[in-house]
Amino acid sequence: MFLSIDTALIIEKLILIVVVVSISLVVAMYTTFAERKVAAVIQDRRGPNRAGPFGLLQPLADGLKLFFKEEIIPNFSSKFLFILGPALAMLTAVMTSAVIPWGDKLHLFGRDISLQIADVNIGILYVFGVVSLGVYGIMIGAWASNNKYSLLGGLRAASQIISYELAMGISLISLLMVTGSLSLKEMVVQQQTGLWNIIYQPLGFLIFLICSFAECNRTPFDLPEAENELIGGYHTEYSSMKLGFYLFSEYINMFVSSVIMATLFFGGYDMPFVNEANLSTNVAAIVGVVALMMKVVFFLFLFMWVRWTIPRFRYDQLMHLGWRILIPLALFNMLVTGAVILFLDR
Amino acid sequence: MNITTLLFIILSVVAAFAGIMMITSKNPVHSILWLIVVFFAISGHYIMLNAQFLAIVNIIVYAGAIMVLFLFVVMLMNLNADTEPVKNYRLRLIGVISGGSLLLVLLAALMDIDKQQLVQMNVGDAGLIKELGKNLFTNYVLPFEISSVLFLSAMIGAVIIGKKQ
Repeated sequence: MFLSIDTALIIEKLILIVVVVSISLVVAMYTTFAERKVAAVIQDRRGPNRAGPFGLLQPLADGLKLFFKEEIIPNFSSKFLFILGPALAMLTAVMTSAVIPWGDKLHLFGRDISLQIADVNIGILYVFGVVSLGVYGIMIGAWASNNKYSLLGGLRAASQIISYELAMGISLISLLMVTGSLSLKEMVVQQQTGLWNIIYQPLGFLIFLICSFAECNRTPFDLPEAENELIGGYHTEYSSMKLGFYLFSEYINMFVSSVIMATLFFGGYDMPFVNEANLSTNVAAIVGVVALMMKVVFFLFLFMWVRWTIPRFRYDQLMHLGWRILIPLALFNMLVTGAVILFLDR
Repeated sequence: MNITTLLFIILSVVAAFAGIMMITSKNPVHSILWLIVVFFAISGHYIMLNAQFLAIVNIIVYAGAIMVLFLFVVMLMNLNADTEPVKNYRLRLIGVISGGSLLLVLLAALMDIDKQQLVQMNVGDAGLIKELGKNLFTNYVLPFEISSVLFLSAMIGAVIIGKKQ
């Protein structure tokens, strides 16, 4: 045979990929709804409540609206790159979910099905690589728009993401010193038996959290789309579903970074105070997925809470925070972690 | 033809085609985008040699950081075909000669390869993070430290140039 891989494995992985991607999309869809509701609660309003019971059909109505809007491609823009921009933004947002362990294994039809699409031994670096590519969607779209506001938004996005990637990478190094593994699955297993990594790396987590806000272009770091300075920022010229892709990829990014934070620092699919070894395989897997989702919902709420509480930074403040505060702090954290590990001889 | 050969051919064709497009594109932004495609194809080659760490670091460092900076600078300067200075005849001739001699050197090096010592696909652990770390900090510790000093001096130089204004 041309391919010597087990056919059942391919089918299993395909189903898993479809399920994971559709769950990310649905969660992102309802995150937009949740964001509007949270904003409403914080600002003492009611929020969307017309479409369906409690406004639950609002995301569908929004999506339909975007689909039926007129498509406008500016006259002077590079057409191929103009379309490539939002497509890349969406692609990089969804790609990250491939290495995330969503739960332990299920036992169905006499097979053990791992709830992780690919357990590569460089898992966390893969996530980091895809995240660092995410900026291309914004930059290419911004440049192809041939509009000065878009271009300024794209340039801001690029310099912001590069600056915060450094601190994020260094804070990850100290985490990797503790775990001694790059595989996300391995990290979760370690946290299931031992303590959660947040105990060992509180400062590292704080730096990682701030940097992921910046990487997702969320307030207070949403300079690339600062409405009062740049109209719409990098997506000024976009309309219809292409605009929808940009807005939507931001929510998928939020979802994925919540999952990553939960996995790296908060035990992933580990349910606290429950010993998974005592449960049957399937029950343990379901409990794990529920635990992970609870942590994710908390982080998503944190993203929204911060957005509607803290005002946007000025650009020099953003750079100052990134280069003068977060990077030295991350380096300090790395040194202390290394020294402690050497001292305790773990 | 097995799947490894097929993948190798596809990746090589992509890399070579993107490389040619990168050189021939009139628009510098398009050139950069083609160069990113080249990096991806080369990372694919690394993965086929079982060097996953090298592959992903190649993407993070080159495609994810350096190329973003290139793109940043090109967009900021807003270069396009109209404003590009026309190089004179002598400069072009020098370019062709130096490029051609580099090609000759590379070809000569390729001719010298011992056919028995071809790389093994999908096996070997030289590119995995554990082996790489061990090698860097034991067998190659001196070159590693020297290159880190080089990077440090480059960083200090950049800061000094930036401070001048």
